Amino acid sequence: MAFNTIVETLPAMGRFSLRCKRENTVAMSKALGFELPSTISELVRSGNVTALKLGPDEWMLTCPMDERAKIKEPLAAVYADAVHSLTEVSSREVSIRVSGPEAEELLSTSCPRNLRELTVGCGVRTVFDSVQVILTREEQNQFRLDVWRSFVPHVMGLLSVATKEFECGL
Amino acid sequence: MLLIHCPYCKEKLPELEFEYAGQAHIARPLNPAEQSDAEWRDYLFIRSNVRGDHAEQWRHTHGCGRYFNALRNTVSDKFIATYEIEQPRPTGSEEGEKSNEQLES
Repeated sequence: MAFNTIVETLPAMGRFSLRCKRENTVAMSKALGFELPSTISELVRSGNVTALKLGPDEWMLTCPMDERAKIKEPLAAVYADAVHSLTEVSSREVSIRVSGPEAEELLSTSCPRNLRELTVGCGVRTVFDSVQVILTREEQNQFRLDVWRSFVPHVMGLLSVATKEFECGL
Repeated sequence: MLLIHCPYCKEKLPELEFEYAGQAHIARPLNPAEQSDAEWRDYLFIRSNVRGDHAEQWRHTHGCGRYFNALRNTVSDKFIATYEIEQPRPTGSEEGEKSNEQLES
């Protein structure tokens, strides 16, 4: 059987790390114009903006590079009433998309999680061969890895070796 | 590989995502300045060395990032319970704490 799983890096996107207390999430959701996810690993999409809950008080917001003001401005406006920390981390990470019928198996070569339990539309922070990554399942056979910039050569190297091994039928 | 239940993520996850963070339920004295040297030394450095059930802190470093407490048997390496940081130690065996193998200083 031919191996057609594609590993590609994605163009830069706007990323924000949002930390705030539970009692402020209502005001934050109102400012953003959509409900922030309330359970860890839940991903909410509203237009071009996505919000992923990583921890009890931590979210990762993403948007296209030229629409960053859509996140920054409304949240800055409610800062006085709903104290939070919004940090732009756009250049910190690079996204890698792994798509194709063997995507799950390819990622399982270096990720200790049981990827079958990661449902479509969910994302988690986890490890990939000791590198901390945010792993999102965009579709049944499509994953996105958000990797800190300096670890990208390592992760891409591992993925390309694993791809070659799969291609050889190892 | 050990699977550890994170009380915040509510999932059993591989040990590689976690980090051990020492004995649990050690409260910092409210007024460190009023502590004698011996008391302060005990607070900073003296820990039990349990054979049996041990309450300890863990951190879900590569996950939700939270510290939580766990009750683990140090002989079998089995996790008996994990619970959120502000909760009391679950009732159960405290045998381990009693058979503390700490040498007298």
